[in-house]
Amino acid sequence: MDFSLSEEQQLLKDSVQRFVRDEYELESRRKLVASDIGYSEDNWAKMAELGWLALPLPEEYGGIGGGAVETMVLMEEFGRGLVVEPYMSSIVIGGGFLMAGGSKEQKTELLPKLAAGEMKLAFAYAERQSRFDLNDVECKAEKNGDGYSLSGHKGVVFHAATADKIIVSARTSGGSRDADGITLFLIDNNSAGLSRRDYPTVDGLRASELEMDGVAGTPLGEVGGGAALMEEVVGQAIAAICAEAVGCMDVLQETTNEYLKTRVQFGVPLSKFQVLQHRMVDMFMECEQARSMCYMVNLKIGDEDATERAKAVSAAKVQIGNSGRYVGQQSVQLHGGMGMTDELHVGHYFKRLTMIDTMFGNKDHHLKRYADL
Amino acid sequence: MDMQFRDEDLAFQAEVRQFIAENLPADLREKVRRGLHLDKEDFVFWQKKLNERGWFAPHWPVQLGGVEWSPTQHYLFQNEQVEGYCPPVIPFGVRMVAPVIFTFGSDEQKQRFLPDILDSTAWWCQGYSEPGSGSDLASLQTKAVRDGDDYIVNGTKTWTTLAQFADWIFCLVRTSGEGKPQEGISFLLIDMKSPGIEVTPIITIDGSHEVNSVFFTDVRVPAENLIGVENEGWTYAKFLLLFERSNSLTGGLKQQLHRLRTIADQECTNGAPLSSDPAFAAQLADYEVQLRTYEFLELRTLGNSNPGAEASYLKIIGTDLQQLASELTLRAVGYYGNPYIRDALVHGYNQPSVGPDYAAPAAPQYFNYRKTAIYAGSNEIQRNILSKAVLGM
Amino acid sequence: MDLAFSDDDLAFREEVRSFIAEKLPADIAESVRQGRPVDKPDIQRWQRILFNQGWAAPGWPVEYGGTGWDATRRYIFDEVMAEFDTPETVPFGLLMVGPLIYTFGTEAQKERFLPKILTGEEWWCQGYSEPGSGSDLASLQTKAVLDGDHYVVNGTKTWNSMAHLADWTFTLVRTSNEGKQQEGISFLLIDMETPGIDPQPIIAIDGAHHFNMTYYTDVRVPVENRIGEENKGWTYAKYLLGHERQSISEVGASKQRLRRLKQIAGEERSDGESLMDDKSFANKVADVEVKLTSHEYLNLRFLAEEAAGRPIGAEVSLLKIRGTEIRQELTELTIEALGYYAAPFEMEQLSDGWNEPSIGPDYAAAQMPQYLFSRAATIYGGSNEIQRNIIAKMVLGL
Ligand SMILES: Cc1cc2nc3c(=O)[nH]c(=O)nc-3n(C[C@H](O)[C@H](O)[C@H](O)COP(=O)(O)OP(=O)(O)OC[C@H]3O[C@@H](n4cnc5c(N)ncnc54)[C@H](O)[C@@H]3O)c2cc1C
Ligand SMILES: Cc1cc2nc3c(=O)[nH]c(=O)nc-3n(C[C@H](O)[C@H](O)[C@H](O)COP(=O)(O)OP(=O)(O)OC[C@H]3O[C@@H](n4cnc5c(N)ncnc54)[C@H](O)[C@@H]3O)c2cc1C
Repeated sequence: MDFSLSEEQQLLKDSVQRFVRDEYELESRRKLVASDIGYSEDNWAKMAELGWLALPLPEEYGGIGGGAVETMVLMEEFGRGLVVEPYMSSIVIGGGFLMAGGSKEQKTELLPKLAAGEMKLAFAYAERQSRFDLNDVECKAEKNGDGYSLSGHKGVVFHAATADKIIVSARTSGGSRDADGITLFLIDNNSAGLSRRDYPTVDGLRASELEMDGVAGTPLGEVGGGAALMEEVVGQAIAAICAEAVGCMDVLQETTNEYLKTRVQFGVPLSKFQVLQHRMVDMFMECEQARSMCYMVNLKIGDEDATERAKAVSAAKVQIGNSGRYVGQQSVQLHGGMGMTDELHVGHYFKRLTMIDTMFGNKDHHLKRYADL
Repeated sequence: MDMQFRDEDLAFQAEVRQFIAENLPADLREKVRRGLHLDKEDFVFWQKKLNERGWFAPHWPVQLGGVEWSPTQHYLFQNEQVEGYCPPVIPFGVRMVAPVIFTFGSDEQKQRFLPDILDSTAWWCQGYSEPGSGSDLASLQTKAVRDGDDYIVNGTKTWTTLAQFADWIFCLVRTSGEGKPQEGISFLLIDMKSPGIEVTPIITIDGSHEVNSVFFTDVRVPAENLIGVENEGWTYAKFLLLFERSNSLTGGLKQQLHRLRTIADQECTNGAPLSSDPAFAAQLADYEVQLRTYEFLELRTLGNSNPGAEASYLKIIGTDLQQLASELTLRAVGYYGNPYIRDALVHGYNQPSVGPDYAAPAAPQYFNYRKTAIYAGSNEIQRNILSKAVLGM
Repeated sequence: MDLAFSDDDLAFREEVRSFIAEKLPADIAESVRQGRPVDKPDIQRWQRILFNQGWAAPGWPVEYGGTGWDATRRYIFDEVMAEFDTPETVPFGLLMVGPLIYTFGTEAQKERFLPKILTGEEWWCQGYSEPGSGSDLASLQTKAVLDGDHYVVNGTKTWNSMAHLADWTFTLVRTSNEGKQQEGISFLLIDMETPGIDPQPIIAIDGAHHFNMTYYTDVRVPVENRIGEENKGWTYAKYLLGHERQSISEVGASKQRLRRLKQIAGEERSDGESLMDDKSFANKVADVEVKLTSHEYLNLRFLAEEAAGRPIGAEVSLLKIRGTEIRQELTELTIEALGYYAAPFEMEQLSDGWNEPSIGPDYAAAQMPQYLFSRAATIYGGSNEIQRNIIAKMVLGL
């Protein structure tokens, strides 16, 4: 049992920290968020150069072969910087699917490009009726000669606009909420029959609605076996996003702590008021619990026992949801009017934490899932 | 003790409903219902309608344009407004500065300001808070120095709600540095068109422009715009704060609940409406029980002559519930809380909505409502007040 | 970073498992399972069994009769103890005064006291709190005046858990009124048989006799029973409080409680089904289970830090706060699960040898007392408010 970082992991952490410090001043981020594509291609190239895009990908396909802990280290620092590049969509999830389900040819063709920053991926899974159930899939894929033809609607697809290919869950058989009969497909973003509506999200990212009408798709992984694949990769994504949340929470906790020490009202720093001290302690406690669960899930995400794994994932997501909510809300509250401003970074972290709860199922969803396991 | 509304109350309620049905245009109602941004004209339009009926300033003395209603009628009136999706009355003029003027102002001031407030030709804003003086309002530093018939005002006010629309601002200013901080404050009415006033927007976390900074540089204010006695402003401000806190919130909360229910009926989980999901249904029920408790708490305190302490706990509980409803609403819309298209919140946006049309305001409103526990005396400050004034600590 | 246990550790776990499975007396396990209080002779019997195995004091160094286990093994041991219905360790000797004695005591004190703590032969109680000095412990007034080679002790201690069962007490007494309050306190070990000591029962909220008010009238205590230096008692007490807080994380005990809660909820009916199938109840159980998991991992992180030789600071207070809150949530949910059968309250049902049929299900009787007594957890060992003060000051620098 050991919760300390290895030397390489520490080096990785340092280098991501440096990047965030240099490139992610709040003002720079604000510009990125307002830009055309919503992030920086230069940053993406830099991430490729620093080996971060290759980090979790296998060595035989141009990757570095890092594990969940490496991704965690990186994502935590990304969380501290509120990084907007599509790392989660493209590398953690996209790369995750290719590794877990891709054929030899797909891996050989796509993974090196992913690692080199020459290609990006996105993952389309949510539908209007599905809420957080990955297996509630109505999009249809019909056999069409050698390939498949996809039709239907996908909602809130993160970073779809800038992805070269999109991984789409669609039904090849079964009823609309059956776990069996879902297949994952790779589609090209410029496919005929695909129309996209792009928009910004409330936490500064980009997403799209996809309308597919006979879009050509290539299966990724076994036909009909998409559910298991999604469970695996989305589990990894949740482990990674927990780390991002921990980074966000720590920044809020530290900032608020500092603020209370400097903001004077009634002739004393706010930090002298016991209610506020205790509120800070509770925030600190939430951060520490969240961090503990983040370590837990990242260390257990490779567990052979599927139930163990699923429990770890859902438990962590519940904790992150609860802690993120508390830390976010209280940070705003303790900053008073300043906490309400767009100018201060506090609100941006709060918004990100709020939306992280929604990602891949909110705490209600995962609590229920945990209870059912 | 008696929990029933009397027949005349019910008749009154029906009258209010009918008035709203006849006078509130459908598109304006729809804007309010969907939680879209309202323009100045929207507020003014409705305030004028109310005024035509003699209902815009019901709590004013009758001879000045008020109505002789029982506390129950005031209560019903406020709640019917909200439940009927009427635009809210902007409180700064009619509910805040006006009572100060008719209680402490001179006859000239009453004649000069009250009619414009009544017919909504003058829009007011509140200039209390400063960058260094929030919860500790009495420490405020904006200076007013007497110079002949004028005061010369210098300083910065901040978080000034809707100052961008305002014709007038009522300000607390420092006229003396002696004695306790509370004892050197005066209450000034200032024309927003006075040279030397600059208003700059503050964008809040939900992306909206509700609050502003107001800078005063050598602004000349005629001394006749001083309310009451110099250095007695704190007394007037405290009087006014009570009004600020004693707004009924029940109607708004019911409206939030109603919206939430509608959404939960339309959202889907596991092939069934979200409202039938046991866990979500339990949260909704829990919320509704809290809301009922709050409603009866409010009803119980109706007509109390000293609303001080009640005002504090009603503010705490009411704003907690506002925040909770907005949070449940955001959770109810699931992934569609993410898309943020500013224009989608503006009436007349004519693209189809991303996801269901009720989704767009959910996240901004949740973020915006964090303010309710901060403004009008933060909930921490209300607790301080309660522990001192009620519990004797 | 890794969570994996080495093969040696895994083998160790099996060893502990089979030992407990074989040696834990069935009657004791049954009392624990039902949540009934375990009597002193039974606890001593169990302690003896552990002692014979060399496992009486997992946290102590080998030279004093401890196991010398590293943090991982201690964790595994606690974990396995919790898997079974083993009784909770009585902390006063093994977890509190024992470590204090081997850290600050004289050779003679070590020889005199440690062996009998290990065997469970001598029971200890803690005499810190006084009627006027609770959270503000340093204001304590019980006086010890030197008279030849004895201290003469006068004053009143209160809330002394198990003082009526104890052979010895460790106390904080005032030996000087000069300087800061903290600087005039000494640490004395006092034989409960000494003339002038009078423990009087205080009946607790659950109806049971857990603690006492102890009066000291001209009690003569040999100077050799002072720990360390005169007027340095506060330092030793603070050291010990740190110890207490960590043992108070209660991860193992709460796992036991969670297991019991699930069993009870599994048998209770709601709407014609098992209560565990009731979605909203199941969610509540899941919710505290998640909290317990994150608490456990926080505890593990601290253990790992300790194992790596990095001492933990005031953060350890987090464990006390969360551990006690979780305990309270678990006991509260258990009451909720029982429905009406939380109400019958017959103390006799909890005593050994009660052989009438139980009122309602047999697991019911002990739960309300457990719930009620668990309210104490956020008060003792430094109340949770005081723990928050400590973190605010020492960790957050507020
Ligand atoms: C959306 C919005 C609209 C507003 N509109 C107006 C307006 O129109 N006109 C106007 O004048 N003002 C307005 N305000 C300002 C509002 O009144 C202040 O924000 C409020 O008084 C808090 O002051 P502050 O923001 O400086 O926070 P601070 O006073 O700095 O407080 C920061 C935190 O510390 C807590 N705190 C402070 N003192 C204590 C204490 N003694 N004990 C315990 N906790 C304490 C607070 O509760 C808060 O959580 C508005 C604010 C907002 C957010
Ligand atoms: C079941 C039980 C067993 C015990 N066993 C023993 C024992 O064996 N030996 C022994 O010596 N003592 C024992 N105690 C005593 C225990 O240590 C004290 O109860 C504890 O220190 C609190 O002191 P008090 O009861 O005087 O409460 P007070 O100190 O009077 O506190 C009352 C309340 O005020 C809060 N409070 C106090 N000061 C502050 C502050 N500065 N800031 C914020 N909040 C504050 C407290 O948190 C508490 O909620 C036991 C207590 C219980 C309940």
